[in-house]
Amino acid sequence: MPEVRTEEMLINMGPQHPSTHGVLRLFLTLEGEIVKDVRPYIGYLHRCFEKHTEAMTYPQVIPYTDRMDYLNSMSNEWSYVLGLEKLMGIEVPERVEYIRVVMAELQRIASHLVALGTYGNDAGAFTPFLYSFIDREKVLELFEITCGARLLYNYFWVGGLSHDIPANFQSKVKAFIKEFEPNIKMYNDLLSYNKIFIERTANTGILPLDVAINAGATGPILRASGLKYDLRKDEPYSIYHKFDFEIPVAEQEVGTVGDSWNRYMVRIKEMVQSLRIIEQAIDNIPEGDVSSAVPKRVKPPVGEIYSRTETPKGELGYYIISDGSLNPYRVKARSPSFVNLSILPKISKGHMMADLVMILGSLDIVLGCIDR
Amino acid sequence: MGILNRLDSRIEQFETGNLMITSVDKLLNYARLSSMWQMFFGLACCAIEMMATSASHYDLDRFGIIPRPSPRHCDIILISGTVTLKMASRIKRLYDQMPEPKYVLSMGSCSNCGGPYWEHGYHVLKGIDRIIPVDVYVPGCPPRPEALLEGLLKVQEKIRTQSIAKQIKKA
Ligand code: SF4
Repeated sequence: MPEVRTEEMLINMGPQHPSTHGVLRLFLTLEGEIVKDVRPYIGYLHRCFEKHTEAMTYPQVIPYTDRMDYLNSMSNEWSYVLGLEKLMGIEVPERVEYIRVVMAELQRIASHLVALGTYGNDAGAFTPFLYSFIDREKVLELFEITCGARLLYNYFWVGGLSHDIPANFQSKVKAFIKEFEPNIKMYNDLLSYNKIFIERTANTGILPLDVAINAGATGPILRASGLKYDLRKDEPYSIYHKFDFEIPVAEQEVGTVGDSWNRYMVRIKEMVQSLRIIEQAIDNIPEGDVSSAVPKRVKPPVGEIYSRTETPKGELGYYIISDGSLNPYRVKARSPSFVNLSILPKISKGHMMADLVMILGSLDIVLGCIDR
Repeated sequence: MGILNRLDSRIEQFETGNLMITSVDKLLNYARLSSMWQMFFGLACCAIEMMATSASHYDLDRFGIIPRPSPRHCDIILISGTVTLKMASRIKRLYDQMPEPKYVLSMGSCSNCGGPYWEHGYHVLKGIDRIIPVDVYVPGCPPRPEALLEGLLKVQEKIRTQSIAKQIKKA
């Protein structure tokens, strides 16, 4: 048989590409259709977050944290204000804690809905995207009646909240839960257990647990590899210890533990748990003033602190160094998407190029959070 | 009957009902403004609002605005978010690849003028109009979907007043 001459092909995917979820550039080495190597190039959305923090006062930084991971602004703010509250020794009123939990869990649902919709889109199923955005719109409406913004809220302040919840908030949330709960089954029927979808995602991009831990993966990615690790349970902040909920991990159901389908499925299961938390919290919000503990001037003492919370994407942490002035000396953000993206080269080798899109989608990255 | 309702009185419908007279420009403009294909391209937070606008609740499809992944298919590019210096040259290139006539809508404060990153953003382009011409600016951080729709209607208005025939003659 004559020898076939083969040759590696170098391809740029992005920064303008419909399935890179933003302005990510992937540099691919291909052999035919098979991916030999992937190198992510980032920095197309570098917005100088850490530089801004040095020039702003502490409360002024909060809107910039919103803009880091713009799908999940509430949790971004929470990590940041949590650190400052610890540094300044502020006792946050019970009412504030409850409202924060409700907001963060609603935000988790909204973020996972985007992940679900766009992931279906990547697989070529456009319909789930349209349905998931209907539900997301309902969550955004809840945020809007509370703080007036749809996407970037500036809602969590150091020691409190910018606005109290409106009078009809509780009934609206309950109505949302009632409407949304049956829809999860609909998503499962539409997408999760769709045969074509399973064929595309099951057994692609298997991430072994040891690789996940070594790379520092967190959030749904780590849990899809089989480790039950969630900061809400393992290092409970705020009042999460009061609620009864489970941490979903991948089970041997379809495909292999650690594959793209499981990463997707963990998010669906998390939405169910988030609903559980909201259900428990919404009726027990105590009376009180949401801004009673908000300090007139945020001027933490000299010191440093690392604070982290569990966002929909994983562990988001801020390392805040205070020199005792009104501006932070330095704020360093540990973004979950950045760390999770670093796994991509490890798990996509040997797959077809079309599968690469599915693997990347299952990581659910947000470029604003990666580049900051 | 859609066409007849929307074109003005200069159309005469003949008795047989299958002949009408209009100017080339009117007809072309009608077709162009009812099928503005948009580039499937998002930059930052504003892109999420753009997605929300094209999804079910606000539904851009009813204006004939459909996202296309290739710049060569597109009539309009929405600059939806922060333009960094690294991305600016790429956007210029995308814009150059679009066929004439093309339109640019700058969405959000970032692409209008640098937005919240105006002062300290050493890596942020202070306004997309420094590299490509902009037709409509939509303010807001992020603009609400309604504001984006208004901006797109403004682009339609602009198209309505243009004359392709004259442009061709000039060229
Ligand atoms: S204008 Fe505001 S919402 Fe839009 S990209 Fe800039 S920071 Fe994000």
